[in-house]
Amino acid sequence: MNTPAARRPAGRKLELDPRLAAYQGVWVFVEHERGQAHPVSWELMGEGRKLADQLGVPLAGVVLGAPGEPTRQFCQLAFRYGADRCYLIEDPALADYRNQPFTQGLTELVNAYQPEILLLGATTLGRDLAGSVATTLQTGLTADCTELTIDPENRSLAASRPTFGGSLLCTIVTLNYRPQMATVRPRVMDMAPYEATRGGEIVEHPLRLVETDILTKVLDYIPDNRQDRPQLAFADIIVAGGRGLKQPENFELVWELARVLGAEVGASRPVVQAGWVDPERQVGQSGRTVRPKLYIAAGISGAVQHRVGMEGADVIVAINSDANAPIFDFATYGIVGNALQILPALTGACRQHLALTQRAG
Amino acid sequence: MHIVVCIKQVPDSSQIRVHPVTNTIMRQGVPAVVNPYDLFSLEEALRLKDRVGGRVTVLCMGPPQAEMALRKAISFGADHAILVTDRAFAGSDTLATSFALASAVRQIGRDMAVDLVFCGKQTIDGDTAQVGPGIAKRLDLQLLTYVSQIDAVDPERREIVVRRRAEGGVQVLKTRLPCLITMLEGSNELRFATQAGIFRAARYPVQRWDSKAAGIEDPSRVGLKGSPTVVRKVFAPTPNTQRADLISCESGTPEDLAATLLAKLTTRNPELAALLGRAGMQETGR
Ligand SMILES: Cc1cc2nc3c(=O)[nH]c(=O)nc-3n(C[C@H](O)[C@H](O)[C@H](O)COP(=O)(O)OP(=O)(O)OC[C@H]3O[C@@H](n4cnc5c(N)ncnc54)[C@H](O)[C@@H]3O)c2cc1C
Ligand SMILES: Cc1cc2nc3c(=O)[nH]c(=O)nc-3n(C[C@H](O)[C@H](O)[C@H](O)COP(=O)(O)OP(=O)(O)OC[C@H]3O[C@@H](n4cnc5c(N)ncnc54)[C@H](O)[C@@H]3O)c2cc1C
Repeated sequence: MNTPAARRPAGRKLELDPRLAAYQGVWVFVEHERGQAHPVSWELMGEGRKLADQLGVPLAGVVLGAPGEPTRQFCQLAFRYGADRCYLIEDPALADYRNQPFTQGLTELVNAYQPEILLLGATTLGRDLAGSVATTLQTGLTADCTELTIDPENRSLAASRPTFGGSLLCTIVTLNYRPQMATVRPRVMDMAPYEATRGGEIVEHPLRLVETDILTKVLDYIPDNRQDRPQLAFADIIVAGGRGLKQPENFELVWELARVLGAEVGASRPVVQAGWVDPERQVGQSGRTVRPKLYIAAGISGAVQHRVGMEGADVIVAINSDANAPIFDFATYGIVGNALQILPALTGACRQHLALTQRAG
Repeated sequence: MHIVVCIKQVPDSSQIRVHPVTNTIMRQGVPAVVNPYDLFSLEEALRLKDRVGGRVTVLCMGPPQAEMALRKAISFGADHAILVTDRAFAGSDTLATSFALASAVRQIGRDMAVDLVFCGKQTIDGDTAQVGPGIAKRLDLQLLTYVSQIDAVDPERREIVVRRRAEGGVQVLKTRLPCLITMLEGSNELRFATQAGIFRAARYPVQRWDSKAAGIEDPSRVGLKGSPTVVRKVFAPTPNTQRADLISCESGTPEDLAATLLAKLTTRNPELAALLGRAGMQETGR
């Protein structure tokens, strides 16, 4: 419906309504499922801390859960990852994620304590909840942000997100509405530093909703078999292959190197679309965002849609036969050569290196 | 049952090319398609109609040419199609878009009460996944996102049971009709359009509603005015000035190149040196 150019704030009021100036502080929604906090919460906490410091306001975590769940432990973790305060709602109706009670709880907290910024992870839970809360509060929500900054002029949140498949970025602001809401994909931001001695204040709040008013019931929960699903997002090393490997059989060279390194296997989109590997292994704008310590890309050109999913890696090694391939513009190390020869050589070298370090250790 | 499926017309991403030098999108001549995620919802709606009978109405908000997306849906078997089109909608963000679509769904329900609304998981252009939750909230419908399967539907008892993808597993949820569902991609396979369907689509008079006809009384709730978010600027990612350190060695054989790379990796990056040592331990430990 709209092109970015059509959405310019032409002639719109830019100064904040005094009523909205009462909204202060930065909040991070702490997501958890089955007793585990989602790491995206702590990635957001790191980002939230920076925003709060810039604004000179407190940072708070928001924890919604049921009695018997480790909600207080999540609050403690939130403090250690940088929160000054935690808002906690504990109610049996919050045992499993359901849209209605979580929307009600989060909305009520926002109305009661009025934060100026509210951040959530762009997960299945976070996207479901954020859209409902923003609509209830009638405020703006920016999806899948990759950068969050404060405009020093008017203290507003400037949220940048990729557009058109990552080839361009756009910066979105929320004018004259509070809170300013944004979601961020897992692994886009760095984890917050952990300080074991940090503490904070817990503010408890009631849910004001009874089970009989909730129309959706959880009949069952079938946990995934973790072993069955690739865990790219949190892998330390990823070996990825692209169309430059030419034949599906050649992709075995990627698997071999990955096995020796104890690494996960990633892929570019054309390789996934050709059915060489599982779609969960696709790295990039329409696949996973990854942040490994080492990313080895073989036969991948480095298109911007691939790049946005992996440029957060600490070290990127590119193997490509074309010295002008865009991937060499942002890789740490490059080998110009035939991946079909380099990959087995690298596998051999790594195997040898590991044998040596083990003997030494 | 009366099922409404919201579909958006989007540029075909597989045909979008990025200009290699200016890094801008080349949109000229890029054909428009039905948002691929919406087709899973359309198929699911048609299957429900096959099972329990009723009507499928497709709804799209967009410029006049978005009518093509609706015709496509008719060719697959949708019964009715409504295009909500008005200059007043230009610049709508997801809050304004969901306001307009919710209002249109309410209008559609005047003719025959709506039992189910379907949306796609997300679009391939705006890609926010916010419009479905927004419509549900405004119509006070229970929201079921990321649904991979509909286990049972009982129009008499007004109940539906679905499987919903959560982060670490699958929830089996039961809720009351009416509700709003967004389908997960890959949850079904779209049928082929029949000859009769294609014929019907060609002649079908798509209804066009302006904002008034869609039941919108306050024009300040849509378009730029009704949108809290504003795109302040669009820009290309900052090019990285640091080019890769290209590995070379005298012999240039793959073996020597690999050994040189590995030496650089382990000597210049202590963390990687430790990691590569550990990796091996794991392998032998398995
Ligand atoms: C909306 C949208 C979303 C997208 N999302 C994604 C996404 O999530 N992930 C993604 O990856 N892509 C995505 N793409 C596609 C992306 O634009 C590129 O087309 C894709 O990343 C290219 O994959 P590739 O590098 O494997 O293939 P190519 O671009 O074809 O590159 C192959 C490379 O291999 C090199 N090569 C050839 N032979 C050899 C050899 N023997 N040894 C070594 N190198 C060799 C070539 O020099 C070339 O650089 C998306 C596109 C759009 C429009
Ligand atoms: C570059 C760019 C970035 C943007 N970022 C934001 C942002 O961060 N926040 C924000 O609020 N707005 C944003 N917008 C505006 C937003 O894209 C529009 O409001 C758009 O009309 C709907 O959002 P979507 O495409 O993300 O839909 P999604 O929310 O991803 O769509 C989900 C489903 O809703 C239904 N649906 C969506 N639109 C229509 C329609 N027009 N007709 C029928 N059904 C529909 C479909 O079933 C679709 O599958 C952005 C726009 C652009 C161009």
